[in-house]
Amino acid sequence: MDQRTITLTVNGQTVTENVSTRTTLADFLRHHLHLTGTHLGCEHGVCGACTVLLDGRSMRSCLLLAVQADGHAVTTVEGLAEADGALHPLRQAFSDHHALQCGFCTPGMLTTLTELLRDNPNPTEAEVQIAISGNLCRCTGYQSIVAATLDAAKQMRLG
Amino acid sequence: MTAKTIGQRTARLEDPALLRGKARFVDDIRIDGTLHAAFVRSLHAHAKINSIDTGVAAALPGVVAVLTRDDIKAVAQTDRLVVALPDRSYKQQHHRCILAGDEVVYVGEPIAMVIAVDPYVAEDAVTLVEIDYDTLPAATDCRAALAAGAPPVHSGATHNLIAEFASSYGDVESAFNDAAHVFKDSYWVHRGCAQSMECRGCIATHDKVHDQLTLWSSTQTPLVAVRLLAEMLGREEASIRVVTPDVGGGFGPKLVFYPEEAAVAIAAMILDRPVKWIEDRREHFVATTQERDQYWDAEIAVDAAGKILGIRGSLVHDHGAYTARGLTVPQGAVAALTLAYVVPAYRMDVKVALTNKVPVTPIRGAGQPQGVFVMERLLDRAADELNLDRAEIRRRNLVPAEAMPYKKDFVTRGGVPIVLDSGDYPGCQADALARADLNDFRIRQSEARAAGRYIGVGLANYVEGTGRGPYEQVAIKIASSGKIEVATGAAAMGQSTKTMLAQIVAEQLGGAMDQVVVTAGDSGKVTMGFGGFNSRQAVMAGSSAHAAAVKVREKALLAASHLLEVDAADLDIDGENVVVKGAADIKISLGQVAKTMAGAAGFVLPGNMQPGLDATESVVINAMTYGNGSAVVEVEVDIETADVKVTRVVFIHDAGRIINPTIVEGQVVGAIAHGISNTLYEWMGYADDGQPVTTNLADYLLITATEMPKIELGHRESPTPLNPLGVKGVGESGVLPIPAAIAAAVEDALSPFGIRIRQFPLRPNDLAAMLAAAGA
Repeated sequence: MDQRTITLTVNGQTVTENVSTRTTLADFLRHHLHLTGTHLGCEHGVCGACTVLLDGRSMRSCLLLAVQADGHAVTTVEGLAEADGALHPLRQAFSDHHALQCGFCTPGMLTTLTELLRDNPNPTEAEVQIAISGNLCRCTGYQSIVAATLDAAKQMRLG
Repeated sequence: MTAKTIGQRTARLEDPALLRGKARFVDDIRIDGTLHAAFVRSLHAHAKINSIDTGVAAALPGVVAVLTRDDIKAVAQTDRLVVALPDRSYKQQHHRCILAGDEVVYVGEPIAMVIAVDPYVAEDAVTLVEIDYDTLPAATDCRAALAAGAPPVHSGATHNLIAEFASSYGDVESAFNDAAHVFKDSYWVHRGCAQSMECRGCIATHDKVHDQLTLWSSTQTPLVAVRLLAEMLGREEASIRVVTPDVGGGFGPKLVFYPEEAAVAIAAMILDRPVKWIEDRREHFVATTQERDQYWDAEIAVDAAGKILGIRGSLVHDHGAYTARGLTVPQGAVAALTLAYVVPAYRMDVKVALTNKVPVTPIRGAGQPQGVFVMERLLDRAADELNLDRAEIRRRNLVPAEAMPYKKDFVTRGGVPIVLDSGDYPGCQADALARADLNDFRIRQSEARAAGRYIGVGLANYVEGTGRGPYEQVAIKIASSGKIEVATGAAAMGQSTKTMLAQIVAEQLGGAMDQVVVTAGDSGKVTMGFGGFNSRQAVMAGSSAHAAAVKVREKALLAASHLLEVDAADLDIDGENVVVKGAADIKISLGQVAKTMAGAAGFVLPGNMQPGLDATESVVINAMTYGNGSAVVEVEVDIETADVKVTRVVFIHDAGRIINPTIVEGQVVGAIAHGISNTLYEWMGYADDGQPVTTNLADYLLITATEMPKIELGHRESPTPLNPLGVKGVGESGVLPIPAAIAAAVEDALSPFGIRIRQFPLRPNDLAAMLAAAGA
């Protein structure tokens, strides 16, 4: 198999690795870097569980090859900013509002919503629903995720 | 004494790891030297296998082995998974192969297993295994499968009827002969796939030093898996450990033990290397069990006032190609149908048909949403024909609160009498209607219609059997560190099982949640039990946890009374200490009590008590406890596009005593979403030749955030007398009435066109055809 050496930034750390050209970014993160917080639910770009931020934009890591991330910056759920010890306001709000049950979709939800709240610190309920309309959750019925996001947005605006 | 933790909205123990990406799902488990498996699956719904050529695949660099049925037979005592729950009504039996050798009977059936150093290579090699098939005619429609001359699902079988039974009580014939009115309808219901966000998967390793086989599997039933593997491999149970790691949703199909789990365990034994298999989503569509078609003919007999005299009919149920569980789905459907109502006479004749498709086993609700759908649709039909309000006909027929406990004249699949134990069903419906406040609905509806918009409202009630017995074991031990270690075979797959058990245990042992460590779903920690299904874990594991915690509490107080020289009756556990009531500064830590009770060599234990500060309980409860609820749904139907939008759900339910309201709300809202998704979006399609046609999440739709209505939820609490905590199960509740309530609401919205809804799913193309036929 074709191998290539890639250099990218993952959660702020520079990583240089030799990878097969057909390795997906998701598998690279999970099985080469052991960042198993990024989950694979469908491997065809529908469920959103594998969403990561590539140069700050939400992307499906199952639909990207690792070599496509060469020279780019990737943020996974493990890398979402967090003050020492305490949960990030979005994570805290997820816990407070029971916005996760099995937690499998949660990493994709958190990365997607991190992008939303960065770009739109004061979203409406409908805007939150649209933001996560590409992320499937079988447990929660989404209502608690939307409530958590609105609460987190409020907490983050209050700073 | 006020509750310390039970009834509180305590934070979930599960959350911090899940939120930080630090959880451990099965594919997150990394063991050095692991090999990766991929399965060669049948391309045909029905075919004879002439030959399997693994040579080219085995020669691919990186491939370690290609296993077929003969390799399984060399190691295992059986090459079939014999799991069917016992029942007298079977006419024939077909058990799944671990790997098929002579014949395949559904698309996706595993035939060979490729094991390679890397999952990509394993998948490459799958395409290189050459199988010579002779295709055979397939039976795909469950009704046609039962007709004379239908192709047999299994060659050599003379027919496709796998079971036939009647659920029956009372004098049905007289009820119908004497009825003022009889109304009859036919229904098609279908629920599709469970679609947990995490697919299935497992990893097995054989430790030669200890001759220990360990299987981590995304399973709902780890302790059942131990028993099956031990029997299959001829090993002692103690030499096998099955662990359920974090599970990304179960929803029913993961309660089944699968060929892939057996094959992976066997491969790890044969190769003496860890072997991992992670299902992909397409495999989930073709190899994980489903809940598919049921065709009902049902009629209801009522008197002039709309009181039910009897219900009768027939059901044809699609079983799939093998028995992977039992007859639980059709049994659940016909049992659930009458539960909420006084139905003096009932007879449902059920035929269970083999088809050349993936086996059918329970999905969240397990047939009950289908039975509830038929009952509620019959009541709506009767109400409309009698010009009675749809709520009023229900009020006249619901089992009244004063009749509790109310014995139904039939039994569960296990032969246990069905007795509705507690609850106020008419009160629940009244609450839902009051909360929905529909007084102005007809005005809103006529105003909307004047503007070309079609809105409607529907109501449905349900009663759900929960807490399937007979037991679930829980062991509690307080360690010298003061940590309260709780272990159970109950398996967590998102329902907050660990938090729920910790709350029950902490209630007795000081209330310090952060001292409780729960291990769920690990046969290395407890040896007896089942796992998670049938809304049972709070009831069954919860009862054992309570009983064990009470014992440990009593022992801790007695031991402390010796150590503090205070009467046990004057002691309490507060936080991490045993304290003297009213003199909290006189205390001893639970950890110190545990350390003392572990004993010291040569010294007498306090009060000459038995050693240890632990207890293991397996509380046996055979009778199921019945939860109930009422749903009011509003919809808007776009008659141009046939799009149905659920705009509002009011849901009042009774799950007995609530251990954690936040968790219960999460279960109910999630189940409502599942119900909406089943009703409007989900359909597992097959072509006439048995090829599945909806095998990705773009063709098979699930509800997303933008389709979710506002859900208004209310709790009633009627504690059950059947367990010491008074709890009922709740995991499936919300699914049950939603299809019926949406169907009723759509029918109401479209009443100007006289359209009757006799099916779910209700796909846009179905509704468009109905609208066209009605001239809309």
